[in-house]
Amino acid sequence: MSFLSKERTIAPPGYSRWLIPPAALCVHLCIGEAYAFSVFNLPMTKLLGISQSTPDDWKLTDLGWIFSVAIFMLGVSAAIFGRWVEEGGPRRAMFTAGCCWAGGFLISAFGVYIHNIWVIYFGYGFVGGIGLGLGYISPVSTLIKWFPDRPGMATGMAIMGFGGAAFIASPLSVWLMGRFTTATHIGVAETFITLGVIYFIFMMVGATIVRVPAPGWKPEGWVAPAQPKKLITTKNVYVYEALKTPQFWLIWWVLCLNVTAGIGVLGQASAMSQEMFPGRVTAVAAAGFVGLMSLFNMAGRFFWASASDYLGRKNTYFTFFILGAVLYAFVPYTGSAGSVALFVCAYAIIFSMYGGGFATVPAYLRDMFGTRYVGAIHGLLLTAWSMAGIFGPVLVNYIRQWNVDHGVPAAQAYNVTMYVMAVLLIVGFVCNFFVKDVDQTHHMTAADEAKYNAAA
Amino acid sequence: MADQQGTSGNGLKLTLAWLFVGIPLTWGVIQTCINALQLFK
Repeated sequence: MSFLSKERTIAPPGYSRWLIPPAALCVHLCIGEAYAFSVFNLPMTKLLGISQSTPDDWKLTDLGWIFSVAIFMLGVSAAIFGRWVEEGGPRRAMFTAGCCWAGGFLISAFGVYIHNIWVIYFGYGFVGGIGLGLGYISPVSTLIKWFPDRPGMATGMAIMGFGGAAFIASPLSVWLMGRFTTATHIGVAETFITLGVIYFIFMMVGATIVRVPAPGWKPEGWVAPAQPKKLITTKNVYVYEALKTPQFWLIWWVLCLNVTAGIGVLGQASAMSQEMFPGRVTAVAAAGFVGLMSLFNMAGRFFWASASDYLGRKNTYFTFFILGAVLYAFVPYTGSAGSVALFVCAYAIIFSMYGGGFATVPAYLRDMFGTRYVGAIHGLLLTAWSMAGIFGPVLVNYIRQWNVDHGVPAAQAYNVTMYVMAVLLIVGFVCNFFVKDVDQTHHMTAADEAKYNAAA
Repeated sequence: MADQQGTSGNGLKLTLAWLFVGIPLTWGVIQTCINALQLFK
């Protein structure tokens, strides 16, 4: 399989680096489908009953675990296989991610066919989840190597694709299910097979296009800084050595807190908008609100990551935490003032910064730990996402329920949650404040570089 | 000459690659914007 080897992906002279972002998008636009998986939930509760659920049909609580297992495996596989991705090159990683992701859909189609949910947990959750993790980190370090002058913008473009994938997957899945569904059959299995084939082709195109720059390549007219700037190193830190630095764990908390504040509210956005503005925001309008927030989530990934090339990563996160805390504290006022417009504006900015947090972090890691193992270190950091994915929704749901149980009107039940989110962001601000340059004792020496080159 | 051929070849590849990812993404964004308009009706 020499086609997959790192040596075969070295770019020839004259190769345009602007081909790398579409290669990365080919992968991220596919794996980001995970955010749209909920469109299958209701149809999958009626696979036997067709028009309504029967006692033998799956429950929503059973189906919810499919997404949870997949996201959990994203973090785990990114952490475990990060070094393999880094040393094996992006094409091998993208190819493997494509096989796992498409394979997950095909296994799940079989699970739907024989109506065994454990097969779907294994297919979409476990196998597909590994594809998610490998696919998510596979283009990151390649993009950073091609765009040393604008690493934030480059990774922002790819990770924007992950945020935008649901826009394609959601209507496409609904349309496909409509085509395959008959009076006696719900076309979930056929939709899974079709999506698996489409995603496999798309991801293989990405794997074919992707190239790594030739050793010593630099963008035309760009001169690498001879001396490290403050908070931007010119050295490399070995992937597992990074775990021994306080910087890794501080950035871990920075990401975890930024995501926790956003992810819980994102899951409740529809219900929250309707409960805070009863009679004014209908279910249909709330769906529009969720769509609008997803757009800002996607746009923020590109906007904030690109802005971080000029603002600096630390300042960009300071902006997220200060502005985010102020806006969360402001949201209850929009409810009491009855201003839907202010409510929407506040959340639009909040969700742009939620997306921006994901997209800016690879460049932050590159600044701290160098380019060489940034993909693998990013993989380890994604465990913060897995953690936030559990804490965020639990926090939002339980605080709201506690308020409702204690007689707080539904329209005000989210106020305490908003203040808690603001506090979380202030804690994130403190973590970010303590991020300093990595001590040089952690940097790889020339001998280390030679040793790991030989091992690779 | 070789450089010119390389540049034009790159231009075609770039156009195709960006269209390949840009068309579905734009379609999805338009669909979402149409749905989001419900919020302001």
